[in-house]
Amino acid sequence: MLSSKIKYCDVEFGKCNKDLLEEVISYGISLGADFVEIFLENSDNSTILAEEDCITSVSPSFGKGAGIRIFKDKRDGFVSTNDLTKKGLMGSVSQAIEMLDISDKKNKELFRGFNELKDYTATKKTWIDEIPTINEISEKLIQSTNSLQKNKIIVRKGSYSRNWQEVIIASSDGTYATDIRLHQTVGLNVIASDAQYRSNGSRRFGSSGMPNEFRLWDHEKAANEVYESTMNMLYADYVEAGQMPVVLANKFGGVIFHEACGHLLETTQIERGTTPFKDKLNQKIAHESLTAIDEGISAGSFGSLSVDDEGMEPEKSILIKDGVLKKFISDRAGEIRTGHKRTGSGRRQNYSFAAASRMRNTFIAKGEYSKEELINSISDGLYCKSMGGGSVGATGQFNFAVEEGYLIKNGKLTKPVKGATLIGDAKEVMPKISMCGNDLELAPGFCGSISGSVNVTVGQPHIKVDSITVGGR
Amino acid sequence: MKAKEITNQISKSAESLNLKKWDFGASFSNDYSVQVDKGIAKQLKASQKQVLTIRVWNNSNLVGITTTSDISQSGIYKALKQANIASEFGNKKETTDFSPLAKEPIQVQEVRKINPVGIKKLLKVLREAELKLLGSHEAITSIPYNGLSESFYEIIYANSDGAFRNYSKSQAALYLYARAQEKDKKPRSSGSVKLGYGVDDIDIESCIKEASNKTIAHLSYSTIKTDKYLICFSPEAFLTIINAFSSIFNARSIIDGVSLSNKNSIGEQLSTEALNIYDDGLNEKNITSAPFDGEGTPTKKLCLINKGKLENFLHSESTARIFKTIPTGHAGLGSKVSVSPDWLVVKRSDECTNLKNSLTHSNYEGEYVYIEELNSIHAGVRASQGSFSLPFEGWLCNKGIKSSIESATVAGDIKYLLKNIVNIEMQEEITTNGISPHVWVNELSITGDA
Repeated sequence: MLSSKIKYCDVEFGKCNKDLLEEVISYGISLGADFVEIFLENSDNSTILAEEDCITSVSPSFGKGAGIRIFKDKRDGFVSTNDLTKKGLMGSVSQAIEMLDISDKKNKELFRGFNELKDYTATKKTWIDEIPTINEISEKLIQSTNSLQKNKIIVRKGSYSRNWQEVIIASSDGTYATDIRLHQTVGLNVIASDAQYRSNGSRRFGSSGMPNEFRLWDHEKAANEVYESTMNMLYADYVEAGQMPVVLANKFGGVIFHEACGHLLETTQIERGTTPFKDKLNQKIAHESLTAIDEGISAGSFGSLSVDDEGMEPEKSILIKDGVLKKFISDRAGEIRTGHKRTGSGRRQNYSFAAASRMRNTFIAKGEYSKEELINSISDGLYCKSMGGGSVGATGQFNFAVEEGYLIKNGKLTKPVKGATLIGDAKEVMPKISMCGNDLELAPGFCGSISGSVNVTVGQPHIKVDSITVGGR
Repeated sequence: MKAKEITNQISKSAESLNLKKWDFGASFSNDYSVQVDKGIAKQLKASQKQVLTIRVWNNSNLVGITTTSDISQSGIYKALKQANIASEFGNKKETTDFSPLAKEPIQVQEVRKINPVGIKKLLKVLREAELKLLGSHEAITSIPYNGLSESFYEIIYANSDGAFRNYSKSQAALYLYARAQEKDKKPRSSGSVKLGYGVDDIDIESCIKEASNKTIAHLSYSTIKTDKYLICFSPEAFLTIINAFSSIFNARSIIDGVSLSNKNSIGEQLSTEALNIYDDGLNEKNITSAPFDGEGTPTKKLCLINKGKLENFLHSESTARIFKTIPTGHAGLGSKVSVSPDWLVVKRSDECTNLKNSLTHSNYEGEYVYIEELNSIHAGVRASQGSFSLPFEGWLCNKGIKSSIESATVAGDIKYLLKNIVNIEMQEEITTNGISPHVWVNELSITGDA
C-alpha cells in the first residue's frame, strides 16, 4: 500500500523521495497510463583545456532535471523538465498523458508501490570529493602539452572532462534505484607542420567510476604515442583508392564493428526497419571466426554501469557467436515493440532524452592469430593502425576515416599513407572478417544516437577483412 | 523567470559576492516533437529547458565561467561562486572582455513568432505527410526517420555594464527520410528537411515531393569506376563543404593554428574571381536567424570572399582585439569564446568571364558526377590540413542520362577545389544552411565499387 501522507514536496537528491515519487507514479497510472517511469538527474561536470603552456578554459557546469516517460500500449510520451517540485512532476505526467490522448482512467491501486530501494551509491558517495582538483588537473595537462614541445609540432592541446551524475530511477513496475556515475576522460591533440606538409594526431583515454584514475595517467607515454603517430603521417602520400584486403588494428579499430554492425543490433533499428539483421536470429551473419560481445559489467570500463537508465542491471550479451546472430541489444521500448528481452542497455545522455537501446562495452572476441600472421597473409593491402570517426547511413552503408595507415606489400608494412576511407556495407563486410588476432584491447569513446551521447567502449583484436573499398585519391 | 527578473537576480547575487564584473547568456525553451511509424504515434516528446551561462571577471580581470540549468536563487548564487573560482584559472595570455558593441542598437527588433499548434496537430500533420510519402511510390516501404517539431525560445544577454538584449522566437522543423527497395536490389534512402517559423509555415508538400523524388531517383543504381571526374555540387552540397572548411575565415581558428589561413591572408586569391561568399545571418530566408551573438554583438552581413579574394574574418571580442578590428557578431559564450559562421550565401560575382557557362545541371550532356548531398562531415574532413574524403549521394550523368551511384566517396583538397571552380550557375537556391547556386569543379577524385 502507498503512504497516504506526502512528506516531501520537492525532489531532494541524497534524501528519501519515495513518497513523492510514488504519488507521482500513482497519479500517472490513475490517469490511464500502462507504465510510468521517472528518471531524476543531478549532475556536476567540468572541462579543462590546456593549449601550449597554459590553461585556456575551465568550464564547470551543474544542473538538475527530470525525464518522465509514459507508455500506453506500444506508444510512449516523454516529457523533460527542470522543475523538480511536486507540481512540476505532476504537470509533466499530465502533459505526457495528454500528448498520448489517454482518457480511460484506471484504479491507482494498480500501482502497488516501489520494491526495496536498490542503492548502488554506497561506495560512490565520496567520489566527488576524491576526484582531482582543478589545480592538479591543470598541472598535469600542462605537463602533457610540455611533453609535446617537439620539433615540427605547431599545435599542442590537452583536455580533461569529468561527468559526475547522481540518478534516481523509479517506475510503476516497482523499480526504485539510485546510482552515482563518474566518467573522466583526458585527451591529447597535436598538429605537426613542415613546409606544405601537415598532419594531425589525437588520443583519448577514459575511465568509469575511478576517481583516482587521472592521477595515474601516464602523460609522457601518451604524449610519445601521439607524437610518433603524428610524425609518421607528416610526409605520407595519399592512398590510392581501390578494393583491397585490410588489417584493422586492435583497440579503437573496434569502432567499425560498433558503427557498422553494433548499431544494427539495437532494437531501435528493428523498430525502424533499418537493420538487415531483423529476421536473422540464430542465422549466420558473419564469418565463423567472429564472436562479438556487448556488456556493461567490466570494472572501470568506460561503458560499464551498475544499473542502466531504466533501473535494470546490465548483462553480458553475446551478440554473435562463431558468426551466428544470438541476441539484440534491447531496452524497455524495444521489449514492448519488438519482443526482444531487455539487456540492461536502456541508456540516455541525460534527463532530457528518453532511454533507448544503446551499446555499452562492445567488442570482437579474441582469436588465435598474431598481428604478424594477419599482415603476412596479405600481399597487397592496407594496415589501418589508427581509426578516426565514421558513420552509418540509413541503408547500412558505412564509411570510416583512417587516421594512421600503412601499405602492406608482400606481407610487410611499408610506407605510411593518408586520406584513406573505408567504405562498405555491414551485411557484406561481416562475412569477410576472416582472421581475428589474439590481442584484444578496448578503447573509450562517445557514441551519439537517438538518446544523445553516451560513454561506450569499443574494442577488438587485430582483424583481417578479406576485401573492402578503400577511398582515396 | 522573465529576462529582467533573472538579470536582477544575478545582479543582486553578484553584489552580495562582491563580484563587480559579470555577464550572462540564458535560454528558455519549450519544445514539442512527434514521430510516427505507419500512422502510429511512436514517441511524443515535450521539454521545458533552461540554460544559464554566467561569466565573472576577478580583480585581475581574468574570466571564469559556469553553466547551469538551476536558475533558483541558490542555483544562481552557486553558479556565480563557481565562476569566480574558475576565474582563478583564467587565461592570462589572452584576456576576454565585454564586446564593445554589446550596447549598440540591433538591426532586427521584430523577430517573427508563431503560436504553438500543440502535439495533436503535430501528430495529425506528420501522419498525413507520412501517408502521402508512403503512397507516392510502391517501392517506398517505410519512412524510418521522420519527425515534426516546434520550439519556442527566449534568448537573453546582459552584462554588469548595463548591456541587455533579448529576443524570443518560434521555429518548426519537418524531416522525412524514406526507405525504398526493389526486388533483388539494395535498399535506398533519401529525404528532405524543411524549416519554418511555425508548423503552418512549413512547405509540407514540397518536403514530401522532394523526399519521394530523391528516394525514387536512387532506386536504379550502379557502381562508379574510381577515377577523376568533373563535379557539379548541388547548392546544399557546396554549402556543406564551405561550412566544413569555414576555419579559413575564422579568426579563432587562425589564432589557434588550426586554420589554413593566417593573420596576413586577407586579400589572398582563394578562388576564381567569379566567387563571392557572404555570411548573412540576418537574411530574411534564414529561419534560424539571431539578432545578436553570445557576447551580445549585433549580427551583421559580412563579405568573406569577394571576387575570389579573402575579404574578412569572423571575430569574437577577443580575436577582434588581437586583430585590431571590431567583433563581427559570430561569437559563442565561453571562457574561451568560439567563433562560427551563421548562414552562408554563395553568389556569382560580376567577374565571370572565365566561367564555362555551358555547364548547367539541367542541360549539360557531357559526363559529370552530380553530388546531391555530402555525408559524414565530422569524420571525413581534415580542416587543418585542407583535405576531405566524403561519402555522398549523387548521380553519374552522361548524355542526359542520370544513374544513381551506389556507394562512393569524393576526395580532394579545399584549396584545389576553390581554385578549380569552372562554373557557378546563375540560379540560386535557398537551403536550410544558406543560399547557393550549383557550383562546378574540375577533376576531383571519386572512389567507387566498380
